[in-house]
Amino acid sequence: MNEIALLNWARGPGLDIAVAVFLLGTLWRLIEIISLGRKKDLSAPRHKPGASGWHTIARRSVAPPGMLKRSPISYIGGYVFHVGLALIVFFYAQHIKLIESLIGLSWPALPSQLIDLVTVITLAAMVLVLVDRINKPVKRYLSTFEDYFTWAVTFLPILTGYLAVKHLLLPYTTMLALHILSVELLLVVLPFTKLFHVFTAFMSRWYNGNANAHKGVSV
Amino acid sequence: MAKNITLYEALASRGITRRGFMKFCAATASMMALPPGAAAAIAETLGKTLRPSVIWLSFQECTGCTESLTRADSPSVEQLIFDFISLDYHHTLQAAAGHAAEEAREHAMTMGGHLVLVDGSIPTLAGGLHSTIAGITNLQMLQETVENASAVVSIGTCAAFGGLPAAKPNPTQAKSVQELMDEGLIARKPLINVPGCPPIPSVIAGVLAHYLTFGVPELDKLGRPKVFFGDSIHDRCYRRPFYDQGKFAKTFDDEGARKGWCLFELGCKGPTTFNACATTKWNQGTSFPIEAGHGCIGCSEPSFWDAGSFYKALSQPTEPLDLAAGAVVAGAAIGVGASIANRAKKNAAKSQHETATLKDLEK
Amino acid sequence: MSASLDKGVNVLKEMIDAPIASYFNSCVHCGLCAEACLFYTETGDPKYTPIHKLEPLRRIYTQEYTLLGKLAKMVGLSKPVTDDELEEWQELVYNSCTLCARCSLVCPVGNDLVYMIRKFREGMAVSGHAPEGLIGATTRAVEIGSPMGIRLPAVQAQMKHVQEDTGIEIPLDREGAEYMVLLSSMEIINFPEYLGAIAKIMKQAGKTWTLCSTAFEATNSGIQIGVGDIAKVLVNRIVEGAERLKVKTVISPECGHAYTALRWDGANLVGRPFSFEVLHILEVLDGFREQGLLKTEGFEEARVTFHDPCQLVRRGGVMEQPRSLLNMVAKDFVEMDDPAKYNWCCGGGGGVSANEDAEELRLQAFQVKKRQLEKTGAETLVTACANCRIVMEEGLEHYQLDIPVVGLTETLAEHLVEAED
Repeated sequence: MNEIALLNWARGPGLDIAVAVFLLGTLWRLIEIISLGRKKDLSAPRHKPGASGWHTIARRSVAPPGMLKRSPISYIGGYVFHVGLALIVFFYAQHIKLIESLIGLSWPALPSQLIDLVTVITLAAMVLVLVDRINKPVKRYLSTFEDYFTWAVTFLPILTGYLAVKHLLLPYTTMLALHILSVELLLVVLPFTKLFHVFTAFMSRWYNGNANAHKGVSV
Repeated sequence: MAKNITLYEALASRGITRRGFMKFCAATASMMALPPGAAAAIAETLGKTLRPSVIWLSFQECTGCTESLTRADSPSVEQLIFDFISLDYHHTLQAAAGHAAEEAREHAMTMGGHLVLVDGSIPTLAGGLHSTIAGITNLQMLQETVENASAVVSIGTCAAFGGLPAAKPNPTQAKSVQELMDEGLIARKPLINVPGCPPIPSVIAGVLAHYLTFGVPELDKLGRPKVFFGDSIHDRCYRRPFYDQGKFAKTFDDEGARKGWCLFELGCKGPTTFNACATTKWNQGTSFPIEAGHGCIGCSEPSFWDAGSFYKALSQPTEPLDLAAGAVVAGAAIGVGASIANRAKKNAAKSQHETATLKDLEK
Repeated sequence: MSASLDKGVNVLKEMIDAPIASYFNSCVHCGLCAEACLFYTETGDPKYTPIHKLEPLRRIYTQEYTLLGKLAKMVGLSKPVTDDELEEWQELVYNSCTLCARCSLVCPVGNDLVYMIRKFREGMAVSGHAPEGLIGATTRAVEIGSPMGIRLPAVQAQMKHVQEDTGIEIPLDREGAEYMVLLSSMEIINFPEYLGAIAKIMKQAGKTWTLCSTAFEATNSGIQIGVGDIAKVLVNRIVEGAERLKVKTVISPECGHAYTALRWDGANLVGRPFSFEVLHILEVLDGFREQGLLKTEGFEEARVTFHDPCQLVRRGGVMEQPRSLLNMVAKDFVEMDDPAKYNWCCGGGGGVSANEDAEELRLQAFQVKKRQLEKTGAETLVTACANCRIVMEEGLEHYQLDIPVVGLTETLAEHLVEAED
């Protein structure tokens, strides 16, 4: 198969299948989780302003006092690569066009040179986070094959996208095809790995915040 | 019919001065970025070469490639090429017709060592009967003509990669010359692909001149001469700085379009298209599609007709996501199925619950 | 003796719900929970990472309640949880966890790990993997009426003592009283000043109150060992007593887990909302303060600091009251670094102090509290949980730090304006 045929497949049937598996998996897993239900709390609630599941969804994104010092790379590396990835995905003009064709919405893009810079920083942050996972005793202890696999599956799209735009490593057509294919791989494995935290982290924060708000504690 | 005079003698008899001939050789050498001595080498070799026989076979094509090559309104270097070769068979340009035309072809073939130029794709469904000339299929004509040829050049995307006739659903099972060689349906010969829909006139001429002088030029993985097809439009495009800055025209008439910004969002396939349009340009260097305000459609690439709309950006899907709706329903169904199983298991566990007492704390 | 792996797994299947499923699916192995857990920070041993303490529960969840997990179990890619494994996990689930919930507070994806540990203990206990010390305490709680084996006569003896000391009558089984006061065994045995303090404060506030002969014990070992059925039996005694005596409010004493057991878990254990209010003694006292019913004079001379009992503050929501009350009687009150809901556990909650096997680990974990205390430069450590108090006294003694640990209620009582009768 020549490279343009590979690219056309990635942009055509490949994307169709990947998005389908992503949607199928996400719905299946969300329903599978929520269906287990939750018993109502019969104790008398304590009302405290600023305490609720929704507040926790927002608040939990801030490092609690003292924690940043204990694990700076977890927070800094983690935030940089998450924010960087979001900026790249949602504010690079070429990606906005993709989103527009999927859901019909679009918005102004950031200058491409800025996204280039963000990409380099994001890649660096991801490498840092991997090194930390290997170095820190707790992270190393907890980590399984899935942790390293999902890291690679997240790293590859960013790397291949950068290489494509910068005309590095392989000719553009092949690099672009690999970039799109790597995104499709990410979509396909997302609902079935820890990457599903994209959805469940908000659910978990809500459950936690809601249960504690009942006691009047804002978490 | 091959004439036994050299190219130079033939030119001189036509009133082409030595100066004019040298100018052509120099222009050709410079266009192909050959080193300084090459012009002299081209001149010497071409000057002494006996004019080779060329058979031009037109199959499932629109004649655009021929039109491109001959579309000059004043004598030009492209027309000169016809003085360097003996074009013994060409549907549009030949004077003969019917049996006389076919006889010319057969005679040129039997002499051997001829160059075959092909434009148009070759249908193969049902033995190839969807296109016949003089009572034989295109496939048969190509088979017999290539048999003793010295080399083959596919002119245009249809011959090089299948082009329009091969676009989905490819009702005639049209194939490229390369595919026929790979499948063993025609003899394998040195093959040069000169794609484009159509190719740039001077690119066709330049490739032929190079072949006649130095033989087959350096080719890329798709058999295209690197000298013309080695860079993408994107890499030579004068609007590239705007791509790098993220300045895109969003409609054909907006501020960005009028300022000459990058046409990526309007579907330009420049980044994945390899051709000389951005440097050599069209109409003797007048302009090329992007300069005129329209995105590159990728016409020198395989399957460019099947790469989605010409107006959809490279980052957009080529076809609608048909599986999505079904996937949502299927996912919900699996989820509901899993839920039912989960609920049943939980209820079973509840009903099996024995109230724990102190004796349950130790084995 | 009928504990079995089957019973354990069965009860865990009942316990797993949507929040737990969401939590397991959110964990990204970032390890931040370990950085918040005193058992990890003071030992450096990664096995004490909170999410790791839950590994068998995670496997049961995926194998029982996810399609892919069920498949993995079927083809042998995921091994079923064994009795030996639960044996191995006993140390992690009981010795190195006080249910303090700092992990639940810091997890970036929002996991409430303590919620999961509490439920995991249900399976651990009925499969026979709870610690000896806790089984003993629970047995005494169920059979005798208190985990330390105290019976009514012992309580009555204390009542007599306090009556003599204070000159105030300690009521027992007084129907229609506004408040029913509960005590923890720890207070009855180790800190009898608490009962005296209650008596004085109630007198000054002019409130009616009573002890209950069938429900004087607040401590709920069922919560600590993690068996809801047993916790329910213990809570029911209080409910029955409160309803029989027709009291408006039941007061939970200076004990962390007692508050959690009654105020938050109680109604859910018995399956219906309470017909009476449950308040921690500090909530009651702060209410008195707001109404002007609590009159104090004088201030503590020493610099004081406050240790926040985990179940009261972070898990209980009684955060401002201790501070409002302490500020009434202390001029030099210095907060610990990481105060209020971020405070560090004393290391002895959740049944750890009743577990002899855990003693060495607990003392090692105490170093964080010791450092916090030293940093404040305080000369007195005030707290509002009798278990924290005894654990911290032991810890301070172990590290040869001569700082007294006192209860907040008794400190307030010491500063009460003398009655003018």
